[in-house]
Parts: sequence; C-alpha cells; structure tokens
Amino acid sequence: MQQLLQQLINGITIGSFYALVALGYTMVYGVLKLINFAHGDLFMWGAYIGLTGLSALVALMSRGGPILILPVSIIVIVTIALVGVLIERVAYRPLRSAGRLAPVISALGAAFILESLARNIYGASWKTYPTGLVPAGRVALVGGVRISMMQVLVLVVSFLLMALLYLFVYRTRIGTAMRAVSLDHEVSRLMGIDVDGIIATVFLIGPGLGGLAGMIVALYYGSFDFTLGWIFGLKAFISAILGGIGNIPGAMLGGMILGIIETLGAGYVSPQWKDVIAYAILILILIFRPTGLLGERVAEKL
Amino acid sequence: MENLRARLQKIPPLWWQAGLLVLAVLLPLPLNDYYRAVLWRTGIYAILGLSLNIIVGYAGLFQLGHAAFYALGAYTSALLNLHFHIPLVLTWPISILVAAFFGYLISRPILHLRGDYLCIVTIAFGEVVRLALVNNIFGITGGANGLSGIDQTVLFGLTLRTPLHHYYLVLFFLVLTLFAVRRLENSRLGRAWMYVREDETAAEAMGVDTTWAKLLAFVLGSGWAGLAGALYVARIPVVSPDLARFIESVVMFCIVVLGGTGSIPGVFVGTLGMITLPEIFRFLKTWRDAWMGVAMVAMMIARPEGLWPSRRIRMEIREKE
Repeated sequence: MQQLLQQLINGITIGSFYALVALGYTMVYGVLKLINFAHGDLFMWGAYIGLTGLSALVALMSRGGPILILPVSIIVIVTIALVGVLIERVAYRPLRSAGRLAPVISALGAAFILESLARNIYGASWKTYPTGLVPAGRVALVGGVRISMMQVLVLVVSFLLMALLYLFVYRTRIGTAMRAVSLDHEVSRLMGIDVDGIIATVFLIGPGLGGLAGMIVALYYGSFDFTLGWIFGLKAFISAILGGIGNIPGAMLGGMILGIIETLGAGYVSPQWKDVIAYAILILILIFRPTGLLGERVAEKL
Repeated sequence: MENLRARLQKIPPLWWQAGLLVLAVLLPLPLNDYYRAVLWRTGIYAILGLSLNIIVGYAGLFQLGHAAFYALGAYTSALLNLHFHIPLVLTWPISILVAAFFGYLISRPILHLRGDYLCIVTIAFGEVVRLALVNNIFGITGGANGLSGIDQTVLFGLTLRTPLHHYYLVLFFLVLTLFAVRRLENSRLGRAWMYVREDETAAEAMGVDTTWAKLLAFVLGSGWAGLAGALYVARIPVVSPDLARFIESVVMFCIVVLGGTGSIPGVFVGTLGMITLPEIFRFLKTWRDAWMGVAMVAMMIARPEGLWPSRRIRMEIREKE
C-alpha cells in the first residue's frame, strides 16, 4: 500500500510534465487541426535556455537557491513563446489552405531545424543543471509516504499553471474567442474575432508553457541531452490524444493517466517494458473510445 | 517552350519508360562503389516510398509507423537465415507475408479511427515494435545490438558481393513494384482507394466497401515494406532495432508527401530529396539536418501540393485558393 502510494506520487509528478507539454499540442490542434511536431523541440529548447540562464545566474550570484529559478523561468517562457510565434508566422500561416499533409511536413521541418540547432550550439553530450537550486529534503506524508521538495515544487507549479490556463480559456473573452476559433474559423471571423491574432496567442501560450516544462523537467532529472524533445514530445502528444485532442482538461487528464500507468508499469511489471505498456494501453483506449477519453464525438459531415 | 512540351508529350510513354530503364541500368557504371551504394539506398527507399504511397497517397490513411514493417521484414529474413539456414532468397516471400500479417493485425481494429488518431496509433505500434526488438523479445532478436552473421545472398548460383550486384537486385524489384503500383492505381481497387481518400461517406454510399479497401491498402503497403527490409538484409548482414526508429518512419512519410501525395514520380522526387541529396551533402555534417528542415519548410510553402503532384491533388489544392 505504501509502495503503491509512493508510486502514485511519482506517477503524478511525471504525469504533470506530460500534461504541461500536452497542453501545447492540444491548444494548437484545437485552433489549426495541426499536429505541431516542433512542440517537443521547443520544450527541449526550454531546457537548454534554462540551463544557460541558471548557470550564468549561479556563477554571477555565486550561490544557489530556489529564488534564482523565478527570473530564469520568465526568460525561458518569453523566449520560447516568441520562437513559437515566429514558427507559426513563417512555417504554418502560409499553409492554412493547403490541406492536411503540407503543414505536417512543414512542422517536421521546423522540428529538424530546432533539434539540429540545439545539437550544434550545445553539443551532443549530456548536460547537467547546477545543483543546490532546490533544497534536497523530503517531506513525510501520511502512511509513511515521502515526497521530495523538488516534487512539491513541480506539483505546485504545474497545478497552478493548469488551473490558470483553465480559467483563462473558460472564463475570459480571449479564451472564449479561442474556443470559437477552434470550432470554425470563418464563423468566428464573421463574429468579429481576430482569428490570426487568436492563433498567434495560442502560439504564445502553448510553447511558453512547453518551454517552462522543459526547464522544470531538466531541473527534476538533473541532466538531459538533445533527444529530450522527441521522447517527451511523443509521450505528451500521446497524452493529448488519450484525453481527446483539442480538449484542454483532456490533455491534463491524459498526461496524469499516462504518467501513472508508466510509473506503475515500471514499478510492478518491468522498467524495460514501461513504454510498451503505455503504448499498448493507448492503443486499447483508442480502439474502444476512438476520440479519446474526453473527446467529443463530432459528426463528420452530413 | 510550349512547342517543346507539346512535342515531348507526343512521344509514346513506352519510349520514356524504356529510356529511363536504360538510364537506370547504365547510371552506376561510371560511378565508384560509394555512389553505387547511395544508389542502392535510393532504390530501397523508393520501394518503401511506393509502398507507403499506397497507404498514405492512395487510401489517404496517416501512417507514421511504416519503419516497423521494414524492420519486421528485415528481422524475419535474418532470423530464418540464422536459425534455420534458409537461403536468403527463399526468405523474401516469408518476409512479405509476415509484414503483411502484422499490417493486418494492427490495422484491423483501428480502421474506424479518423486521421490523427490513426496516425498516433501507428506511431505507438512502431515504437512497440522497436522496443520489443530492443528488449530482446522471446530472447531471439539480440537486443539493442541486433543480429549479425547473416549469410551472403546467392541468386541462381551467383553470390552477390559488390554494391553493383545489389543495386541491380533492388532495381529489378523497383521496376516490379512500379509495374504493380501502376496497375493498382488504375484498377477497380485503386479507384476505390481514391474515393475513400476524397470522401469516405460518399464512397460508402456508392457501394465501396471502405473497410475492405483500407484494410487492403494497409496489408499490401506493409507487406511490400517487408520486402524492402529483406532486400536490406540481402546486402547488410547486420540488423538492429534502429531500422524501426521513429525518424525512419518520418523520413518515409516525407518521401511520400514532399514529392506529392499519391504520385509515383513524386515518390522518386521525394526519395531524391530525403535520401540521395542528404547522402551527397554529407560534408555539412551536423548542420545537414538543419538545412533539410529549412528545405522542407521552404518547399511546402512554395509548392504545398508537392514537387511532382498527381493531377487530382494539384487541382484540389489550387482550387481552394
């Protein structure tokens, strides 16, 4: 029982990473019906920019501490959000009316560019984050379950961000416009919504969140390399599909479920087969619920 | 220019085809072994592209796990040769059957999924195959290092040793594939595929058995990728799980779309762009991928319908503008 609870906490931690990245996929899919393959690499770039920022700041202040993470987070969010908007402007906007396949290739091209740039600028070796940024202690919870300070930080930040995003999308005017655009571009335009502006906003928020998630993931694991984007990107994308792509609470739920399944699979079955278990469950869920867990069943046409 | 074009169009297609075949036969002769090997690779990927084109191009199904079937074909050929000492040539039909069988197995329950959901299941299946190979499933796949020590190919008493031999072997199968896909394209089944691609509901209303059509696209495409895997083993006596990497599937997908979905010449243009040119531009080293990415984005913006599209698709995309 204690082990199960411990595994659940680890699963939720990893699940919240997947959820943060999945939100970017699902929001872009909502407004453009495009799988943004570059998103995983934007996430990876968040980890690299965080590395540069934190190393510089630690060297400058000659001390560690959680307070240093805040300014670097802001730099990461702003930079990655701007890169996201740039990619939308250059690689996706000209292809709005070009069918489904051309934008996918363009997205894959953007992913190649980002990954290759990271490998050339930072090198192919593993990078480690400066230590001592987050206190190493563990907090005991009920039933002998222990949770590390790092996990507390990760969970608090990601749940806060998800709650904020939820409120933004469902309670503000821009959020409402965003949901309108994801239903129908033409009708939204007739209702006076600046569709291009809304799409640009989505490309600010999604990559911004993804970039921050990249930094948090790298902080959590301590080290990473340039393949981080593919691995996490694929898992996060699966989470988005699992929850029903285009659906924001679905992405959060999908991320949590995938994280928990994976951790339990690694703990109780075999760490080698954890990914296979996650993929197998994905396939099974889609066979029985073809539009994901929270996806709406839309009539394709009449 | 128009004049020249009109005159070129008057030449019977058979002459074009014969001319291209002669060119393909003579092309490797003045080249060194390195470039002959590049041509061999181009041939393998052209076969893979043509097989994926059946699934993505004709039937319009998103398949981003095609490399899994390539790897399955390669491993089948390698395992049969290593454990039962079956000559490689005789393993080829079995490779096709095994890959086609897995194509049936994976596609049967998921055919009702739409676009991107289908795409993610194929990605997941591809990763499951790769991880199963890495984890040494049933203790026979040799784990991450793969299998080695596979025999050389002996064809009618002739041992295939040089890249030139293998190039001609692949060329033979490429011509066979071309013949087959051209016949398929203009067959009753081919028209059914394109109907399903354009409008599934209307196709069903007109009496096309859409499930059957999609299933056949998957089975034929996967089986043919298995053949490409077996041809790979015929020259390279080592197989590893790297054959099933996601990036391989992505490259195959790009081959089909970059040249123009559903277009046979398009597959050759795509193979040239994704395989042959990057091989020649090896001197760019780690920057090569970045340039490939730039080229992919630029190409799609300039010609979203692909470089050499089929007439139908071009009309469709240009019409919307």
